[in-house]
Amino acid sequence: MKKTALTSTHIDLGAKMVEFAGYYMPLQYEGLSIEHETVRKAVGVFDVSHMGEFLIEGPQALELVQKVTSNDASKLTVGKAQYSCMPNDKGGIVDDLIVYQVKEETYLLVVNASNIEKDWNWIEKYNTMGATMRDLSNDYSLLAIQGPKAVEAMQSLTSVDLAGIKFYNFEVGPFAGIDHVIISATGYTGSGGFEIYCKNSEAKQIWDKVLEAGADFGIKPIGLAARDTLRLEMGYCLYGNDIDDTTSPLEAGLGWITKFSKDFVNSEELAKQKEEGVSRKLVGFEMIERGIPRKGYELVDQEGNVIGETTSGTMAPSLDKGIGLGYVSTDFAKPETEIFVQIRKKQLKAKVVRPPFYKN
Amino acid sequence: MNIPSELKYTKDHEWIRVEGDVAFIGITDFAQGELGEIVYVEIETEGETLDKEEVFGTVEAVKTVSDLFMPITGEIVEFNAKLEDEPELVNNDPYGDGWMIKVKLSEENELEDLLTSTQYEEIVG
Repeated sequence: MKKTALTSTHIDLGAKMVEFAGYYMPLQYEGLSIEHETVRKAVGVFDVSHMGEFLIEGPQALELVQKVTSNDASKLTVGKAQYSCMPNDKGGIVDDLIVYQVKEETYLLVVNASNIEKDWNWIEKYNTMGATMRDLSNDYSLLAIQGPKAVEAMQSLTSVDLAGIKFYNFEVGPFAGIDHVIISATGYTGSGGFEIYCKNSEAKQIWDKVLEAGADFGIKPIGLAARDTLRLEMGYCLYGNDIDDTTSPLEAGLGWITKFSKDFVNSEELAKQKEEGVSRKLVGFEMIERGIPRKGYELVDQEGNVIGETTSGTMAPSLDKGIGLGYVSTDFAKPETEIFVQIRKKQLKAKVVRPPFYKN
Repeated sequence: MNIPSELKYTKDHEWIRVEGDVAFIGITDFAQGELGEIVYVEIETEGETLDKEEVFGTVEAVKTVSDLFMPITGEIVEFNAKLEDEPELVNNDPYGDGWMIKVKLSEENELEDLLTSTQYEEIVG
């Protein structure tokens, strides 16, 4: 099992550790609910160093990024990032990712830990134009500092004006005594904040200073369990649950990052799919009757006919009710449609809602 | 980890406390810790007679769901109604106020098959 630069720090903090995507990661420290609430109301710090980082460089870098990703990377300028996905050639998704333009002709691709090898091979296969590719995954750490107090709590650690970094923009600057850190106004919680990319050797110092600077603001370390409930309350897709090699970006509601103004892997097929319409869609739903949807639970109509399947589900800590994401036949995809979740022997009433489930 | 020596246990992490011809049943401190914060305890088998190892209910935590198994055969004469509003009692006091069901024993010899605290500790240790 792989470790991050902070694994022993998490163990020292008393975290419950689990294997996730081949990494030994903190599931929770104090408890899921308190950690979830800390991010919603104050600020929390996550070690998400398991995420993969690829650097694509050279005069052909943009051409390669454009070929393998569905969003339009030509719209990026230095200091901007975009959410994107890599469609496969069979209608599904290789991975979802964030593309950063770090310099002229240099892009940083941040991918899911579970897909690092698959993604690398996939991109390499399409790199017929000869862009330079570097896998930085084992050398770089990623800390997410998330929550409404993140800006205020972290400002003492940097000369960069944190409040001035717009959503999906980033700066490279000093942070917590380390030079040249990427400070990115991105995240997977919906509560605002930053993601900090640094070298592994710098991670411990940054982690410690972040906790120190955040102490007066109630900062806590946050585990993967709360990361999942936080993202699900926002309706953000998780690769392996809500999107995978078999789900199309259009079915998954990722049409907004699928730009047919350019050519990319499988763009013709996807354009056709867009024109013809999809037969199933990823929707959010919340329970009306008491129950908690879970991944794999069938979704049924009033008569009990199967209309789809839950891909993610949880009790939403901020809302105190069961919420889920799942694919349903397009006929059932409209908000307010009544559907039922097969929970063990019962069919419990739910309704389709447009995420985010949690609104700030 | 709290494993009281006066109770009996199962490999499925239930505990059982016999008082006369009835037994109180709940889940262990280890089990509640593994599940995390419990949000529902669903037991709809009150009044039913179930065999040993049959499912008598489910416990839902924020992130996971788990079936509850009968440690012994018997009629479920009562379930802990307090858990409907305060499921967190299972986390806070698994061997006390967090008990789940009261069962009328019918096969007393089954008690001999249950684990002692020492045996259970070996499983979860």
